[in-house]
Amino acid sequence: MRDFLPIGEWAEKTINFILENDHGVLENLGDVVGEMTALTEQLLQLVPDWLLAGIFVAVGFWRLGWKFALISAAAFVVIIGTGFWPATMVTLALIIAATLISLLVGIPLGIAAALNRRINYFLRPVLDFMQTMPAFVYLIPAAMVFGLGRVPAVLATVIFAMPPVVRLTALGIRQVNKEQVEAGITFGCTPLQVLLKIQIPGALPSIMAGINQTIMMALSMVIIASMVGGGGLGNNVLASIQRLDIGLGFESGLAVVLLAIILDRLTESFGVRKEERIARRQGGQGQES
Amino acid sequence: MQEKIVVKDLYKIFGPKPDQAMQMLRSGKDKDQIVRETGMVVGVQKANLHINAGEIFVIMGLSGSGKSTLIRLLNRLIEPSSGQVLVDGQDVASMDPRELIKLRRRDMAMVFQSFALLPHLTVLANAAFGLEVSGVPRKEREARAMKVLEQVGLGAYANRYPRELSGGMQQRAGLARALAVDPSLMLMDEAFSALDPLKRTEMQDLLLDLQREQQRTIIFVSHDLDEACRIGNRIAIMEGGRIVQIGTPDEIIRNPADEYVRAFFNGVDVNKYLSAKDIADADAVPVFKAHGDFANGFHDAIERLRAVRRNYGFVVDGERKLVGTVSIDSMIRSLESGSTELAHALLTDLPPVNGNLNLRELICRIVKMPYPLPVIEPQGQYIGAVTQTILLKKMAKEELSHA
Ligand SMILES: Nc1ncnc2c1ncn2[C@@H]1O[C@H](COP(=O)(O)OP(=O)(O)OP(=O)(O)O)[C@@H](O)[C@H]1O
Ligand SMILES: [Mg+2]
Repeated sequence: MRDFLPIGEWAEKTINFILENDHGVLENLGDVVGEMTALTEQLLQLVPDWLLAGIFVAVGFWRLGWKFALISAAAFVVIIGTGFWPATMVTLALIIAATLISLLVGIPLGIAAALNRRINYFLRPVLDFMQTMPAFVYLIPAAMVFGLGRVPAVLATVIFAMPPVVRLTALGIRQVNKEQVEAGITFGCTPLQVLLKIQIPGALPSIMAGINQTIMMALSMVIIASMVGGGGLGNNVLASIQRLDIGLGFESGLAVVLLAIILDRLTESFGVRKEERIARRQGGQGQES
Repeated sequence: MQEKIVVKDLYKIFGPKPDQAMQMLRSGKDKDQIVRETGMVVGVQKANLHINAGEIFVIMGLSGSGKSTLIRLLNRLIEPSSGQVLVDGQDVASMDPRELIKLRRRDMAMVFQSFALLPHLTVLANAAFGLEVSGVPRKEREARAMKVLEQVGLGAYANRYPRELSGGMQQRAGLARALAVDPSLMLMDEAFSALDPLKRTEMQDLLLDLQREQQRTIIFVSHDLDEACRIGNRIAIMEGGRIVQIGTPDEIIRNPADEYVRAFFNGVDVNKYLSAKDIADADAVPVFKAHGDFANGFHDAIERLRAVRRNYGFVVDGERKLVGTVSIDSMIRSLESGSTELAHALLTDLPPVNGNLNLRELICRIVKMPYPLPVIEPQGQYIGAVTQTILLKKMAKEELSHA
């Protein structure tokens, strides 16, 4: 025998054991996640393509100015014109579902890690592990537990995309000026008041940066997750690889890149203050008061 | 006099085993030995203080001597390792969290070196922060905050954000935040140290004004001798976590407890034998002759002052005796009221300094007076002027020649 450490076998046994003994917890979780994703998808498809694209362009104009509005308008013309709009919406729904779950779990975890040394101590190696494993490694246990489809795709994405928001939330809270926290305590804040009135507002730019990174990682993972039946643009990419279809590969790849650019710039714009945004827009001249 | 704060045998050890360090302190080891042997830092040791209601009590000492630690032990931002802190007779060190929060909301406020305003709130909301925390309704807390903002001269900036304000104005906002809760006790940790000298005196004046209106107990950490002399009723000097001397500025300058304190007031002692006339500078401030220089009204005098960028000039009579002071403002004011009489523009509220006054006393007078002071002979003849700069230059020179 070559392998004297059948770790793979153990992993399989562990997963089977969990499945048999979790009293349906995982199944319920899967149902909730599946419902949530399906609902998001339906909502996105309910809105006509031109309207949704228009909303994105308008938000882009509001946050980043007319240049970005033009670029994103052109991007949507390409996506709609190449016929990838429906697939893009499926992908977007997966991203939204995965991001929401990541934030719902990740931000409280980040806060806990910032406030409690012990939690931080345990969370650190877990986060390192989550981030350094190759992305598709999560697909196998996810598919084993939840079968094929949206649910394993979203959950594998959550695991892959959550670390940045946890880390940056924790970092942001720890970096809040020490005297500001002391000021809060001095004026009689309870620990909860310190958190809500000082630490979280102070950490907001960092938390927003974490959200941005989580969204970007979710996007890359959602494409890969088409291997377990996530659907969306990932399916087209996968098909183009399998069939060596250069045209399809190029078009679907382009849709992914355009979506990535729009999501990245838009979410990033929510992390910086208004005047910084204006300053950047004006080519760094800024406005001196 | 009523005692506001009593500190009894207060210790703070930073490190995992405070008891072990306390044991070592009792057996006579000092701060350095304890750090070397255990890695634990003695922040404050055996502190005993009685602070009266209504006084400004200044804590001084070199960097790392434990000033910030001591002031933070008073409102328990730092947990004491042992000892008592009695505020109005209640022991802060042994309070449960709920009582502590109540006490902080009701009776204490703090002003920080870095201002520590909340960047996401307007100046008004910052000033109202203490009231918001304790649940005062919006309308009421904003009205009260507005009132203190006006007191500190920030009424016009209520809706700005802290980052739009200069350092001096930010610290006014920090002061307003503290005053808004109407505390009987204010803790100020190097509150004015981040400001430039001009702004610093301005803030000291503001603090003294406020203190005249309403007597609060203020604990003020500073490493600036002038500041301490200027605002402090009493000063405590710290070294290596210990309080080495407590007294009025005068007492400490006259009788330093040990070499460390003496070194602290070094410039003062070295110049013990000099007096005001030795450093008075005859050219520092323009001098006008009462009979002659004002023959054609005030215009010539105003021109001369403007030419040398001074606001003041001293006026002497035929025997060079000091008559008084004129300023550009006072002269313009009397011109505006249609008078070219010198008597009209003469300011007499700037008390001259006797030339035989020794430097120690001169220092304590001049820190309270940011303008040039005229120095005169005992018979009244004008000798020259002393300013803070002249004094500092002299002291620095002595310092160098002694080094
Ligand atoms: N949280 C902490 N952990 C460990 N050591 C500390 C801590 N806070 C302060 N110290 C140490 O306690 C001593 C006193 O520090 P403190 O900040 O009170 O000095 P300070 O007199 O305020 O100095 P400065 O003028 O630089 O503000 C220093 O040796 C410092 O290194
Ligand atoms: Mg300090």
